[in-house]
Amino acid sequence: MILTKAQYEEIAQCLVSVPPTRQSLRKLKQRFPSQSQATLLSIFSQEYQKHIKRTHAKHHTSEAIESYYQRYLNGVVKNGAAPVLLDLANEVDYAPSLMARLILERFLQEHEETAPSKSVINSMLRDPSQIPDGVLANQVYQCIVNDCCYGPLVDCIKHAIGHEHEVLLRDLLLEKNLSFLDEDQLRAKGYDKTPDFILQVPVAVEGHIIHWIESKASFGDECSHHAYLHDQFWSYWNRDGISQCCSGWCGTPGLSNSSASASQSAGITGVRKHFLPGILMKCVCK
Amino acid sequence: MAAVLESLLREEVSVAAVVRWIAHSTRGSEDNPGEAAALSSLRPLRKEFVPFLLNFLREQSSRVLPQGPPTPAKAPGASAALPGRPGGPSRGSRGARSQLFPPTEAASTAAEAPLARRGGRRRGPGPARERGGRGLEEGVSGENLPGAGGRRLRGSGSPSRPSLTLSDPPNLSNLEEFPPVGSVPPGPAGTKPSRRINPTPVSEERSLSKPKTCFTSPPISCVPSSQPSALDTSPWGLGLPPGCRSLQEEREMLRKERSKQLQQSPTPTCPTPELGSPLPSRAGSLTDEPADPARVSSRQRLELVALVYSSCIAENLVPNLFLELFFVFQLLTARRMVTAKDSDPELSPGVLDSLESPLFQSIHDCVFFAVQVLECHFQVLSNLDKGTLKLLAENERLLCFSPALQGRLRAAYEGSVAKVSLAMPPSAQAVSFQPETDNRANFSSDRAFHTFKKQRDVFYEVLREWEDHHEEPGWDFEKGLGSRIRAMMGQLSAACSHSHFVRLFQKQLLQMCQSPGGAGGTVLGEAPDVLSMLGADKLGRLWRLQERLMAPQSSGGPCPPPTFPGCQGFFRDFILSASSFQFNQHLMDSLSLKIRELNGLALPQHEPSDEDGESDVDWQGERRQFAVVLLSLRLLAKFLGFVAFLPYRGPEPPPTGELQDSILALRSQVPPVLDVRTLLQRGLQARRAVLTVPWLVEFLSFADHVVPLLDYYRDIFILLLRLHRSLVLSQESEGKMCFLNKLLLLAVLGWLFQIPTVPEDLFFLEEGPSDAFEVDTVAPEHGLDAAPVVDQQLLYTCCPYIGELRKLLAWVSGSSGRSGGFMRKITPTTTTGLGAQPSQTSQGLQARLAQAFFHNQPPSLRRTVEFVAERIGSNCVKHIKATLVADLVRQAESLLQEQLVTQGEEGGDPAQLLEILCSQLCPHGAQALALGREFCQRKSPGAVQALLPEETPAAVLSSAENIAVGLATEKACAWLSANITALIRREVKAAVSRTLRAQGPEPAARGERRGCSRACEHHAPLPSHLISEIKDVLSLAVGPRDPDEGVSPEHLEQLLGQLGQTLRCRQFLCPPAEQHLAKCSVELASLLVADQIPILGPPAQYRLERGQARRLLHMLLSLWKEDFQGPVPLQLLLSPRNVGLLADTRPREWDLLLFLLRELVEKGLMGRMEIEACLGSLHQAQWPGDFAEELATLSNLFLAEPPLPEPQLRACELVQPNRGTVLAQS
Repeated sequence: MILTKAQYEEIAQCLVSVPPTRQSLRKLKQRFPSQSQATLLSIFSQEYQKHIKRTHAKHHTSEAIESYYQRYLNGVVKNGAAPVLLDLANEVDYAPSLMARLILERFLQEHEETAPSKSVINSMLRDPSQIPDGVLANQVYQCIVNDCCYGPLVDCIKHAIGHEHEVLLRDLLLEKNLSFLDEDQLRAKGYDKTPDFILQVPVAVEGHIIHWIESKASFGDECSHHAYLHDQFWSYWNRDGISQCCSGWCGTPGLSNSSASASQSAGITGVRKHFLPGILMKCVCK
Repeated sequence: MAAVLESLLREEVSVAAVVRWIAHSTRGSEDNPGEAAALSSLRPLRKEFVPFLLNFLREQSSRVLPQGPPTPAKAPGASAALPGRPGGPSRGSRGARSQLFPPTEAASTAAEAPLARRGGRRRGPGPARERGGRGLEEGVSGENLPGAGGRRLRGSGSPSRPSLTLSDPPNLSNLEEFPPVGSVPPGPAGTKPSRRINPTPVSEERSLSKPKTCFTSPPISCVPSSQPSALDTSPWGLGLPPGCRSLQEEREMLRKERSKQLQQSPTPTCPTPELGSPLPSRAGSLTDEPADPARVSSRQRLELVALVYSSCIAENLVPNLFLELFFVFQLLTARRMVTAKDSDPELSPGVLDSLESPLFQSIHDCVFFAVQVLECHFQVLSNLDKGTLKLLAENERLLCFSPALQGRLRAAYEGSVAKVSLAMPPSAQAVSFQPETDNRANFSSDRAFHTFKKQRDVFYEVLREWEDHHEEPGWDFEKGLGSRIRAMMGQLSAACSHSHFVRLFQKQLLQMCQSPGGAGGTVLGEAPDVLSMLGADKLGRLWRLQERLMAPQSSGGPCPPPTFPGCQGFFRDFILSASSFQFNQHLMDSLSLKIRELNGLALPQHEPSDEDGESDVDWQGERRQFAVVLLSLRLLAKFLGFVAFLPYRGPEPPPTGELQDSILALRSQVPPVLDVRTLLQRGLQARRAVLTVPWLVEFLSFADHVVPLLDYYRDIFILLLRLHRSLVLSQESEGKMCFLNKLLLLAVLGWLFQIPTVPEDLFFLEEGPSDAFEVDTVAPEHGLDAAPVVDQQLLYTCCPYIGELRKLLAWVSGSSGRSGGFMRKITPTTTTGLGAQPSQTSQGLQARLAQAFFHNQPPSLRRTVEFVAERIGSNCVKHIKATLVADLVRQAESLLQEQLVTQGEEGGDPAQLLEILCSQLCPHGAQALALGREFCQRKSPGAVQALLPEETPAAVLSSAENIAVGLATEKACAWLSANITALIRREVKAAVSRTLRAQGPEPAARGERRGCSRACEHHAPLPSHLISEIKDVLSLAVGPRDPDEGVSPEHLEQLLGQLGQTLRCRQFLCPPAEQHLAKCSVELASLLVADQIPILGPPAQYRLERGQARRLLHMLLSLWKEDFQGPVPLQLLLSPRNVGLLADTRPREWDLLLFLLRELVEKGLMGRMEIEACLGSLHQAQWPGDFAEELATLSNLFLAEPPLPEPQLRACELVQPNRGTVLAQS
């Protein structure tokens, strides 16, 4: 299934300054019953990430951190069982997981004198039981579990989706009898950056020659396409030549319904007419 | 000079004698004494004759071609005959770029003073241009072809204006007035006469940089004459011997003869319409005078001059063959004569037959002369491309004047297969990643490699941006990309990074600029490619249309300056913008190396043994290969020349006098960047001029003004001059150079001689070759020169300016729109490896036998055998790599495992380990040779069989097979014996580091993993979905939640069921996902134990029923036990945080926890000791008083139980579900 630009914008419109919680997602689902949860979550997540990228800096000034920490301490003293940290994050419009990290970092600084290393913090966020303070551990855990856009659990979900769709894509290719080399094989051959699959025999889809396929398990909005294009695709192009098919999965699709979306995500396809007859697949769950 | 011509016209000397006289200074034996005497008196002038003749013709034709006859030289004072012609105030200034022939000073000399006639007229400020009166200066270019100028001139100068004037509104639908894009426009001059009148100040133009100057093709210098004054005072008549009177008589006779002819009716073969009426095939605005053979004024004189002129061309006494042809074509297609009466009132009608009277008195004369010349050069014409031939064959004037020639041309056209198409190079393709060179091992450090990769990306980014923008008006390379390029170059610190980058740069250059057309381009004469075989007519048309739109409109006249068309511009600008001397130096090194390599490439040589048509088919491949090599060489040499001479080139005029001497002294010490002189000499000796000279010309075309004065380069020029002179097209003999090869060399050399930096006197001043040009050849009988390696496609690709001939004709014929009136460029499509060279090592009798064998067979056989040998040899190496080496690597891995086991923890130094392994394994490499031999033996015969014709005799076949086996084996074994050890070493090293890495952090993770069962259809829910679902439950449980939120027990059960399915189907599961699932399941269990999961339903049922909770816990236990393949962090169940959850519940219920702990022990998921340790550490945490007590009780209870609980104990628990509560309350 393919979203039209208008549909996408309508959804994005609804996501302006909405906290990344379960409740928001539920409301979104009610508002757009025709879209799958995966699509909505993916769009939500991307929109929210854009939002956070814009506002990130203001939460990271030392004054802001200090004031958040004080508010947290006060809140916890009053009632340790209340969702102090989560409420705080929602109030200042910041991702709960990131807020939890911020406070945790501050807390460790205070209690351990030496600045905590990144890996220590990451492992504590993954497993809050390691946090020395029980109350904080609970608060952090609450934040992480309630955050649907950031945090180790969300990262894992994204990773899992990515992996699953690579597998799906591989199955599709096998099913269609297309011979390909996957990433591992390419790495073994000495390529440093590789797409997911290079087709050993190029295929034409809707008049475009496809040399390789990259699966992106997220909603393919314009911004993320540009980012990927910049980070990855050009270096593929540099190495492997010409065109590509990058599939922005947001669920499971078929190779069939691909090209209608190509035109709407004009940002990419239009840019490089002769190099990138790229096909963007924005497809939605089953 | 004129004297010679005069005596010729008087028939005192024969044409042949004159030509001999010009060409060979000393020889006179064949001439009759009278002739010799007549000529010997004029001996000092010998060298000046050709320039004189050329100038004379140009001058004479200037009335016909007022827009600028392509005159390379002017005789002094010549233009005095045309004073104040109304030519419209200057064109030329603006047209400098497109000017075919520069404002020659001859023009200025004539008009101004004898003073202006110094040797370097071209360098003078060219005042003539300012006066602008001379039509001679009009440029000829794509946008301003001759007729256009003529028309404009006529419009402004003649009283009877042509039909197309300003008063007529342009008719846009008129295809002739507004021809389709791509056809040569008739020039805007007719409608906008004022447009080009504004002259740019001359000074400004002169200040333009060198390349601009190049755009004017230099006229040939008139050698400083020993008798300037005489020539000045009376240009034509002077120097006439006293026998003038007889001449007068002769003229009189001729005049009579002519008038007689005039009275006769026109020849019936000529269906020329009435004078002045437009030809039906042309637009009204383009009417020109029809030419009529009957109205030629002085046939005999024209014939004589044409003969001399043709002979000069044929003997290569003129610098540029194609320039002369262009001139002749101009004459042929001349539009209209400027009324002689108007401009030359003093011309008395009485003197028609001497040089005093104009040679060309009418269009008829011009056409007659042109046709005469063309008749002599039919051979050249017939070798032009098919399009030009067609236009020539259809030319009405040719038909009128020489039906015979026309017939021959038509026949040539019909027989021609030389369809030439010049399309733009295809759009850029990146050089693909080259694992052999672009890998870490070739870089000094990770950082250097990383920098290189980054640079690669920046380079392509820049390239893409250029692709997108360079055609936009106002976009400036330096402004747009300069700083980025310099920043990038700045990062190339290490010398080796420079060489890596240069390698990339050079490869990209070759790929973009030379690599011949994309999929569609067919090589000349080749069978049509698959696409067109499919009969896609529309596709073909589209292709042609695209070509037409993309092809360059004009290459800038028949003598364009060296330019960087298309993608080459990017590379030039890149070099200029980078302005990095390290880069330039590395680039020069790299280019030189590549040029040497390609130049020395052993291209297959022609053995004209095959008489059947097969040989031609076989030649296609050879030609293609040659074309690829030649074009690559030219491209590389061009850039080498550009970079090498870059520091010496500047906008300022070349120095003179002392300054020049000091510069010469300095420069002569500098060794040449590439020893081109030796390469040229060797090329000539080995009869490979056809390969060497074209690229050398490209290289030299970028030389600065000083270069030709240096001894070293002067030698080169002299060699080239001699070569030029020796390439007489009409002399064809066995073993000598092929016609088209000669034509190519003549074209490129002629072009070179017109480059401004080449001194114009060089060509004429240089004493001709002391007789024939003979290099002592050490090469085999048949060098490359004798092989038909050049075809029209290559000729036109190398010399696009030859296409100007066709443009000229097409424009004139008025059918430009229909027949694609200009050249298009398609180059052959091969990028295949350049060297399928025969192995050089085969020696001895066997080798000689093989050579003898091939000698008797068609060349295709040899190529097939070599090809098979090459491929099989290469495959053999790959095969060995995949089998033997891979086996050894596996052995290495297992050996390494043993080593690690025996050595235990300390492991040992990896380098040492590697040494041990290699010393054990490398000896096995010796097997490679035997295996390789076996492989070649097995594979080669089949391939040879498949590739040779079925009918090949058995003996020949088996010999071919044997040779192929031998060559393949030799090739493979040579490589293997040299490299096998290193290869094994490298692979083992990679394997060792891989193993050690895997050994490192997580040995546990490497446990065996089961896949899903055969029958699994992978319909289980996706892991991501499950994580997300469980996360939802967790977040509900942890809160905050709305009052109406909750989960149903059924949902929980279903969730755990799905989890089981997913874990059993491993298709989509990746390790991180499994880890998270494990963790989430433990968290879920903790929440179940603490009874924290909100259940949907009536408030009374808010809590999960005990039985349900136990059932769920059972499910979880079985998942942990059976289905998880990774470790499950069960100790989290007893982490302070999760146990703390219990503290919040009122009343606290411990029974589930106890149940869970027991089950864990029973199922062997956790050891008793482990649980005890966890419980022990729990005590250290801070708890509310009562909670700590209860916890202590629990641990006592747990510890008190027997290590292996009896089944009945479990039953008893189930009977007393509230035991924990009781316990807690006690």
